[in-house]
Amino acid sequence: MAREIVEVPIAGKIISVNVRPGDEVKEGGTLCLLESMKMENPILTPVGGTITEIKVSVGQVVGTGDVVAIIEY
Amino acid sequence: MLGFFQTGFSGLTWGSIVMLVIGGVLLYLGIARKMEPLLLVPIGFGVVLVNLPLGGLMETVGGEPTGVISRVFQLGLVSEIIPCFIFLGLGAMTDFGPLIANPKTLLLGAGAQFGVFFAFFIALLIGSVFPDFVEIGIKEAASIGIIGGADGPTTIYLTNRLAPHFIGATAVAAYTYMALVPIIQPPVIKLLTTKKERGIYMKPQLRPVPKTEKVFFPIIGAIIIILLVPKSAPLIGMFMFGNLLKESGVTDRLADTAANAFMNILTILLGLTVGCFMSAETFLKVDSLMVFALGIVAFATSTAFGVTLAKLMNLFSKEKINPMIGAAGVSAVPMSARVVQRMGQQANPRNFLLMHAMGPNIAGVIGTATAAGIFLGMVG
Repeated sequence: MAREIVEVPIAGKIISVNVRPGDEVKEGGTLCLLESMKMENPILTPVGGTITEIKVSVGQVVGTGDVVAIIEY
Repeated sequence: MLGFFQTGFSGLTWGSIVMLVIGGVLLYLGIARKMEPLLLVPIGFGVVLVNLPLGGLMETVGGEPTGVISRVFQLGLVSEIIPCFIFLGLGAMTDFGPLIANPKTLLLGAGAQFGVFFAFFIALLIGSVFPDFVEIGIKEAASIGIIGGADGPTTIYLTNRLAPHFIGATAVAAYTYMALVPIIQPPVIKLLTTKKERGIYMKPQLRPVPKTEKVFFPIIGAIIIILLVPKSAPLIGMFMFGNLLKESGVTDRLADTAANAFMNILTILLGLTVGCFMSAETFLKVDSLMVFALGIVAFATSTAFGVTLAKLMNLFSKEKINPMIGAAGVSAVPMSARVVQRMGQQANPRNFLLMHAMGPNIAGVIGTATAAGIFLGMVG
């Protein structure tokens, strides 16, 4: 199984996490919402697969390059 | 005494009723649809107030303003104080980081201004072909073209200098089109790009911008731009000064006031005054419709030029940029950048173009203010 590591594209604060480990996700689905520059930005899944790990939680302040989730496909 | 009392009903005309409806629509858009509420609510209410007969808000006696809003207009807008100081507030709210990190994007902000000049020539052409139909001379054309920059204060500043009788129409057009960015830009972008181009991946921006660069940018920026285009000094000077207050790190109190309290006061005065300039006599004219029609041409062509320039830059550079970020070269901050961000994610879920689009977006503000300076130098 290939693994896709989704990283934070821009520094900000996680305001919601929309998936849990074990969830099946489709390409383009929303993983979490990131508040940055006073805007809510969705972070999308780049591939369809299964979430194996979620590394962020609501309220967490994250920086560019931090891992959001790991998806196996 | 009672014999002199007069209600306003007899003074209502068809024109004022139409304008009351327009005021109501602006209020509806602002309150119910949350489109630019901070501007559309004051503007909409101003429109309602000024079109109720005999209120005298915009009264002038022998050329001297005597109404409460006509005085504000004279003191704040004719004197150019309000639009310039709004730029001070905008500067204090702006982070030049994305632009400094990728200075190439400055070109895209400049590229989108071609739309301004394109619309200027179209307006001039229409004005000279149909002189009986609309009165558009070179000054009016410049005021219409600048709408393409999608920058409210700059549009008001320039129109006030060149064609003050147009100020209601150009201001409302500029602010309406700013609010309509998510509707106007996507079709233009889609027309000029393939899905593959929209999906071009750009790496998250990693270069952190050191504080020294952020402090020097407004100082050096102001010096260079004002030397090149002297007439841009009021807008660019204030913009860069506001930004220096923010970035210097020692004037946080001033930056905070400029970005919040001061900005809010100016927004109230500006919105209400612009609304009050939309009375039936000044607004319901063919010229105003022309302003709206040409304004959208200006805005769409600015978007198109931005995208085209980005594609052109791709021909010459190894690391491809997503051509959509060129569309963010209009100065509707951050609406344009958000549109690009959303469309980028749609085309390729890996994409996160927000920061890349903020560079041209901020450059667009500088570009539009500079374009206004160029117009003033040419025809002012």
